[in-house]
Amino acid sequence: MNYFKEKSRLLFPLLLLLLWQAVSTLGLLPSSKIPSPVQIISGIKELALVGLPSGSSLFMHCFESLLRVTAGFTMAAAIGIPLGILIGWLRFLRNMLTPIIETIRPIPPLAWIPLAILWFGIGFKSAAFIIFLGCFFPILLSTISGVLSVDKILIEAAKTLGAKEKKIFLNVLVPAATPSIFTGIRIGLGIGWMTLVAAEFTGVKSGYGLGYMIMVARDIQRPDLVIGGMATIGLMGYLLDVALRKLEARMLQWR
Amino acid sequence: MTLELRNLRKTYTDGTGEGSVDALSTINLTVREGEFLSVVGPSGCGKSTMLRIIAGLEQPTTGAVFINGEQLEDPWGRVGFVFQEYALFPWRTVSENVEFGLELKNIPGKERRRKALEYINKFGMGGFEDTYPRDLSGGMKQRVAIARTLITNPSIILMDEPFGSLDSQTRNALQEFLLTVWQNSRKTIIFVTHNIDEAVFLSQRVIGFSDRPGSIKLSLEIGIPAPRDRTSADFNRYRKEILSFLQQQSTAGR
Repeated sequence: MNYFKEKSRLLFPLLLLLLWQAVSTLGLLPSSKIPSPVQIISGIKELALVGLPSGSSLFMHCFESLLRVTAGFTMAAAIGIPLGILIGWLRFLRNMLTPIIETIRPIPPLAWIPLAILWFGIGFKSAAFIIFLGCFFPILLSTISGVLSVDKILIEAAKTLGAKEKKIFLNVLVPAATPSIFTGIRIGLGIGWMTLVAAEFTGVKSGYGLGYMIMVARDIQRPDLVIGGMATIGLMGYLLDVALRKLEARMLQWR
Repeated sequence: MTLELRNLRKTYTDGTGEGSVDALSTINLTVREGEFLSVVGPSGCGKSTMLRIIAGLEQPTTGAVFINGEQLEDPWGRVGFVFQEYALFPWRTVSENVEFGLELKNIPGKERRRKALEYINKFGMGGFEDTYPRDLSGGMKQRVAIARTLITNPSIILMDEPFGSLDSQTRNALQEFLLTVWQNSRKTIIFVTHNIDEAVFLSQRVIGFSDRPGSIKLSLEIGIPAPRDRTSADFNRYRKEILSFLQQQSTAGR
């Protein structure tokens, strides 16, 4: 029964792909603009085996992109989580920083690109910085709200059992906020991944990166490779989230 | 360990400083060492406020709490508190919850675990030591909460309607259980409840609060020897007396 359910989840997307292929085969779609699924799959094969530009394989592009995301995301988590916990814990810090945070937050990460290039030049640092901005705010805000929504009675219970400030902070506040922090991490990584590709559009020095690869495919007028790159981005984002969810389920067994 | 409340008052003021509510008006109370004392009274009469002040979770507007004639400055860790909502840490297993207070005292892990298991077994929770609270029934959660408090060896245990959200069968079982715990540990217990039957069954003495601002209007020694029979004539007589007191309070408050 479960097996069937798993299968049926894939059924609809497969049907859609079949329909798309049929419409393409019948010549109803201009293949120079919208290639057929078969063309796209062979495009992905080409990206993996030949590479684009030739010699730069899909695998290397993925690897470089993941590296940038990891750098930006790790920084965002390393700053966002402790800062969020402090802001949630200390009212004066919250009052002081909230207006600043709420003013910077609506600025899209992409609007930072010119400044990032001025500061760090074109390359790894710029991209990582843009991703950092994409990841940072969801992580920060979820952490703050996690700390703020800690059940007061748990803090009181800890107090009556003899816990002082520091112990309450470490043994009650932090673990109680963890589920919310995890939500922030998942949203942050998702947004970071989205931001990455756009950041790579502005150029990379190493010659690798999924966003860069897509721009090259556009320059040589290959929509099959463009869509192939897009599909890879989507799939990798999905896999990242699945991995995080697995980790979350393991770490938060108590829920 | 005699507990004394002297001239305890509590007034809540709102932020503007204009509106203020008197929650407690002058409470004077002496609780004997090892006494089981229940507190009854209308909703919002300040019974819980009194407990929270003794526990150091709130500050009195005037007056103070004394233990053996000495003002109680730092009740955290010395006065236990059992909440109606159990207040277990959901990310900790039963054993880890029970160990919490020992952890704060920097007792090494092995000894902590050993002591916690001893309590868990004694509390009829053997086999559940590595279960998370999410998988426990309300009655079990409250047992764990009581164990978690008792293991820190407080001189006084405050209980704020601890069995209030349990079904009546579980409730009766836990009352019997609490009596055993009390008889074996001889802790002083102050027990807030809405349930008259519970108060008469458990207590050596029942005090009754007036409507807000709360003050003590009834003090009744329950002179029935243990084990108490809930259906006996004596039991009913006490029940009746408390019931009529509470009815007076609610008509007075209208």
